[in-house]
Amino acid sequence: MIFFKPNAKKIALTGIVFLLSFTAVLAQDGKQLFAANCQTCHSLTKDLTGPALAGVTERGPWGDRKNLHAWVHNPAAFMANNAYAKGLQAKFGSVMPSFPQLAEKDIDAIIDYVMTPPAQPTGGEATAGGQAAAEEEASNKNAIIFGIISIILALIALILMQVNSGLKKLSDDKENIVRPEPVPFYRNKVYIAMFALVLFVVGGYLVGKGAINLGRQKGYQPDQPIAFSHKVHAGVNQINCLYCHGNAWESKHAAIPSMNVCMNCHKAISTYEKGPKLYHPDGEEINGTNEIAKLYKYANYTAGQPWDASKAKPVEWVKIHNLPDHVFFSHAQHVNAGKVQCQTCHGNIQEMDVVKQQAELSMGWCINCHRETKVNFNDKADGSGNKFYSIYEKFHNDLKSGKMDSVTVKDIGGLECQKCHY
Amino acid sequence: MSDKKYWQSFAELNDKENFQKRSQDEFLEDLPFEDQDGKGWLDAKSPRRDFLKYLGFSTAAATIASCKQPVRKAIPYVNRPENVAPGVAKYYATTYVQSGDVLPIVAKVRDGRPIKIEGNDLCSYTKGGTSARVQASVLDLYDTNRLTHPKQKTGDKFQEVPTYEQLDKLVTSALSGLGGAPVVLLTGTIVSPSTQQVISEFLGKYPGSRHVQYDAMSYSGMLLANEASFGRRAIPSYRFDRAKVIVSLGADFLGTWLNPVEFGRAYSYNRKIDERNPQMSKHYQFESYLSLTGSNADERYSHRPSDTGAVALALYAALGGQVAAPSIADEKLRQGIQKAAADLKANSGAALVVCGSNDPNVQLVVNAINSAIGSNGSTIDWAQPLLVKQGIDKDMVDLVGQMNAGQVGALLVYDANPAYEYFDSAAFINGLKKVKLSVSFNEKMDETTLLCNYSVPTHHFLESWGDAEPKAGYISFMQPTIAPLFKTRPFQTSLLKWAGSNTDYETYFRQYWLGRLGGEQAFDKALQDGVLEGAAPATVTSGGASFNGSGIGNAVAQINANKKAGKDELVIYESVPLGSGKQGGNPWLLELHDPITKATWGNYAMISMTKAEELGIDYKSTDYEYYPEKPVIKITLNNKEVSLPALVIPGMNANTIAIAVGYGRNKELGVASFGIGQNVYPFARFNGTTVEHYAPVTVAGETFGKEKIAQVQIHNSYEGRTEVVKETTMATFKKYPKRYTEFREELAKEYAPKTGDFRKEATLYGDHVQPGLKWGMSIDMNSCIGCGACVVACHLENNVPIVGKKEVLRAHEMYWLRIDRYFVSDDQNPDDLKAVVFQPMLCQHCDNAPCENVCPVAATMHNSEGINQMAYNRCIGTRYCANNCPYKVRRFNWADYTGADSFKDNQKPLVEEGKLDEVVLQMNDDLTRMVLNPDVVVRSRGVMEKCSFCIQRTQEAKLKAKLENRVLVDGDAKTACMQACPTSAIIFGNANDQNSQVSQLRKNNPGRLFYVIEQIHTLPNVSYLAKVRNTDELQENVEEHAEAEHAGQNAEPGIPSEHKAEEKAAH
Repeated sequence: MIFFKPNAKKIALTGIVFLLSFTAVLAQDGKQLFAANCQTCHSLTKDLTGPALAGVTERGPWGDRKNLHAWVHNPAAFMANNAYAKGLQAKFGSVMPSFPQLAEKDIDAIIDYVMTPPAQPTGGEATAGGQAAAEEEASNKNAIIFGIISIILALIALILMQVNSGLKKLSDDKENIVRPEPVPFYRNKVYIAMFALVLFVVGGYLVGKGAINLGRQKGYQPDQPIAFSHKVHAGVNQINCLYCHGNAWESKHAAIPSMNVCMNCHKAISTYEKGPKLYHPDGEEINGTNEIAKLYKYANYTAGQPWDASKAKPVEWVKIHNLPDHVFFSHAQHVNAGKVQCQTCHGNIQEMDVVKQQAELSMGWCINCHRETKVNFNDKADGSGNKFYSIYEKFHNDLKSGKMDSVTVKDIGGLECQKCHY
Repeated sequence: MSDKKYWQSFAELNDKENFQKRSQDEFLEDLPFEDQDGKGWLDAKSPRRDFLKYLGFSTAAATIASCKQPVRKAIPYVNRPENVAPGVAKYYATTYVQSGDVLPIVAKVRDGRPIKIEGNDLCSYTKGGTSARVQASVLDLYDTNRLTHPKQKTGDKFQEVPTYEQLDKLVTSALSGLGGAPVVLLTGTIVSPSTQQVISEFLGKYPGSRHVQYDAMSYSGMLLANEASFGRRAIPSYRFDRAKVIVSLGADFLGTWLNPVEFGRAYSYNRKIDERNPQMSKHYQFESYLSLTGSNADERYSHRPSDTGAVALALYAALGGQVAAPSIADEKLRQGIQKAAADLKANSGAALVVCGSNDPNVQLVVNAINSAIGSNGSTIDWAQPLLVKQGIDKDMVDLVGQMNAGQVGALLVYDANPAYEYFDSAAFINGLKKVKLSVSFNEKMDETTLLCNYSVPTHHFLESWGDAEPKAGYISFMQPTIAPLFKTRPFQTSLLKWAGSNTDYETYFRQYWLGRLGGEQAFDKALQDGVLEGAAPATVTSGGASFNGSGIGNAVAQINANKKAGKDELVIYESVPLGSGKQGGNPWLLELHDPITKATWGNYAMISMTKAEELGIDYKSTDYEYYPEKPVIKITLNNKEVSLPALVIPGMNANTIAIAVGYGRNKELGVASFGIGQNVYPFARFNGTTVEHYAPVTVAGETFGKEKIAQVQIHNSYEGRTEVVKETTMATFKKYPKRYTEFREELAKEYAPKTGDFRKEATLYGDHVQPGLKWGMSIDMNSCIGCGACVVACHLENNVPIVGKKEVLRAHEMYWLRIDRYFVSDDQNPDDLKAVVFQPMLCQHCDNAPCENVCPVAATMHNSEGINQMAYNRCIGTRYCANNCPYKVRRFNWADYTGADSFKDNQKPLVEEGKLDEVVLQMNDDLTRMVLNPDVVVRSRGVMEKCSFCIQRTQEAKLKAKLENRVLVDGDAKTACMQACPTSAIIFGNANDQNSQVSQLRKNNPGRLFYVIEQIHTLPNVSYLAKVRNTDELQENVEEHAEAEHAGQNAEPGIPSEHKAEEKAAH
């Protein structure tokens, strides 16, 4: 498990992968706990699936922290003896799930957080991905400069050769040496041969490179039927990736969330008001409220009315990240077993108004990561490694004796063909 | 002294050298070069320049086309159902039911589609075993030939009835307008208790109506005999697991008789050997043709089909029965009967006699025998009678008589196809014309449905609710695994509606079981488990184990009166892949090789060697075996005749011809089954009480030309390495338990003199290490009965394509796993079969794999878990690997059989040209392709394929263990073949784990353990346990074996010549 450190930069970078309730709670930051456990149903200022939490201790029985502890640990039991809590169920139509794993001090930390006014989130700095992109841009520029210089040099050589032959002709004329009429350069077989050779090499190189890139779509950033902003959801509102893409935890597909997940919150959130302005990549401003209205149209929902999912129409999203059929890729393996963060492959998605494919998703790209990534091997003193790897006796011995300093995915067969192709 | 010989074909037996030479030809046929008339390449139909033009154009076109990225849509659920995660398979317990065949199963459902069938482990008598037909049944769901909506016949044509309301109105008005003429419901055996109740409600509504059950291959003889002997018209449970001596009189209980999955499992229970104290059951088989069961028998005797009664009587007499037994002319048979009788007597109380005859008199004698050897109550269990076959032939014959007499008002047909399978189908068809209202509930436009007024197709069983009670008190439940694909309706709902009820069957079924189980919770649990055992039977029948032998005298008289007529006899039998033919249009079953004949796609006449000689068939020549064209023979019975190609099979009774039923279907049933084989059901005869499945016939040969049989046995040659299989007898094994171990020790001595480590020292190559897991498989040839369930399971799991008959004829079949069949006989007397050995052969995943070294593009290589991997996208199709594979398990994909390429119908031109069968297009259909496993890639043309050890399953198991933060345990990863096997012959697991089943099997069976051709140092990860026959024959050849060992000393290292030595040793 990776935990948030009380460090805004880190948060922006590492994003918000893990919230599942079995998280062993170590971090004591109320905000983080709130984000991890409560945020999917509660906002500070607005009623969502559950009530707004700002000023919660001033209402009902919640002035007494003991009541709050009892409620969070077992809402159903608490509700049985409390009229106020019963009223809440009547109002919101459901009972809060229990959180027995939260210690009392954790609950206190959350309450302390919700009782203090929220601070504005700070933006992240230029990312590693950004740097890589900048580097690539620079190298592209260099290539162009070199290309131009080569072309200029080639032109100069051509002109010099023409001048040379002209001078030779003049001197021949002077000396009355009769030579056949020189062949113009475009019919000169040597030139043509050279040109053909260069064309073949350059053309071949470009065709080869182009062919390798066929089907790859790095930087793909299509317009979606609804201008859904990951920045607003995952960045500003800190919604855990797995809240919507929970399928990634158990399945090979991350899956686009079904509409009932959207409507979970958006039954209450019908306007986009306080967040940062949203922009289309071409600079046009996006009206968030209009986009929510689009969702309502698909969902066939009128604000304030009960929602009937059976009358909704699914949104046909444009798929961005696509692997060919002959590749087996499992999100569960990477996100859940391997503890890889979403951002590693998808870039800083929490900063994207419109999602763009950040990685090449090519085999070389996969393989490189498999070469470098260390396996969560079962050699940790605290026992946090995956027990599955306890059978790798040889590696355990090598780690102990210092022959190996870590086990990478490559060592356990991560470069083998049939790890992904079958 | 022993002349034991393993052989797969007569040519191999008789002219080995020539045959092998021929097998080395790459192509069976002449290649279609167009230069044959000597005009030169430029004048050919497609000259070289044109070829280059096309090549250039298509390259450019493909490039341009692929430059544009398609926009792909991702459409999520609107409201995701709870517990459904896209990409994660769900498993639902349900039940396979087909004409009385019942098997509790678990359906694997991926993203809403059932894609694989697995056995239900909770069922106490199958323990998760399945059969080929059960495995293949999921393809029937996606069959393009299913009926999609109700139809009414006007004139000669069927027209759709738009709604069920209209249909109900039409049918009910027709039913009420019958004017009192009886309504008859004609079905296969109904094993569902709730359906039985629905039927009785329906019958109650129409006075004078009745229900007739009818089985294509009838068991009336047994039912009637049991009624006479035990007062119960039922079939008891047979406990093969309790029997030390089993005598089968023509009952193919491992292949097709009653419930072969259950029997196979129980039978294998006593065939697995504990090497410290080797013991196994003894199995005698008396039969007329070579059946699957017969080929597994320890001792096998053949007789005419009409002599079954005589054999039973002789056996009874030998056991001390006071009967006049007819004299048996055949000396060998007579001794066999005496021997079997002695063994039965010695093992009284732990012995069992079963009989496949449909003659009640014969079955009466068998009942008397079983009662004489104390089987009742021990190996025959009357507490849980089998309910899977209840049809009485006489009822059906009476019904057809009444139909012809115009006494039947309406005929409703469900799960029966008498127009095809009834012995006198012409009479049935005639009678049907005189029935006012005829309705068929069958799922496909079969021969009977075609003749009915209405077609009201019912759901496929994977779409249905339901229940089945195969044994009294053992209930198995069905729940839908997919929403109905078409506008079909359960036939029970139709009956309920037509009986005036408004409930549908789903509600009815629920209410029925809520009532019987007493609550929601119990009902949900029952559905979840799929099986409920020990339930109180719905109808308690009295009677049981007390034997009443009063009818014997009469039976004996009738058997003795039974005169042989004619010289030759034809027996019609159910083949292991197709059974009675209910799934006749299923390409997976049609392409599954018959275990005995190794033939696919169609039926043929199995004849004996004697008969072949009589008919002038030169079966010993290499040509006969090598070319698929086989001489056609004509078989005549009165005015019926059938012409089929003949296959010569050893071990047949000299004057018996055997032909499988289930072939020769109509066009409406689909392209797969149309035009292959002939229907031989008309050769069954009614003797006044029951239908007999044999008939005296006349046979003529020579002048009827030749027809092709798509046999697969000779498609792979081991280049004369006969020691591929190892098989011995109990007596030999007891005397020389270390014979195979010594062979291995010898190898180490010879090729690893320094260290004794054959694995490391006897090779030039380095060793592969497996630091974590090392997958391994153990196949017990004593348990393998050759049923083929694993082959079909492998097809399903791995998207292995169906290629069609034409392609099989060109040796292009794609099995990743095949079952090789070897005949064992004396050198001199091949007809006197000692045994038939079945060997499942799949990629051996060699640790020193010959295929890996020769691939020019490294498309096949070893992984760190001991799996020989195949990267299809890297393969360029040189086929070097297949040539270098000593086991011949690699398959080259010659055409785009499953539609891997993105162009629709791209195989159509080939089909139109006649190069491919139409079934390939059927398998390319979008509906059929729903059966494909999304976790396994569909291979395209031009690549090599082979068994991957179900890598998708090992990967999934590993992921699951990682997610649960635990060590992988034995049984987490099961290959499809292991899971399908009814006898647990195949065991797969981590060989690095000392406690895994596969390690234990290897450790505990040192005497039988062998690796196929291990002397060539391929180091396979698949090990076999040698087959042991329970006979007293002693094979003394150890000295010779050791001597021969030295002869091979000059061999090159790595390619030892032991096979010569071993060959000699085997003789």
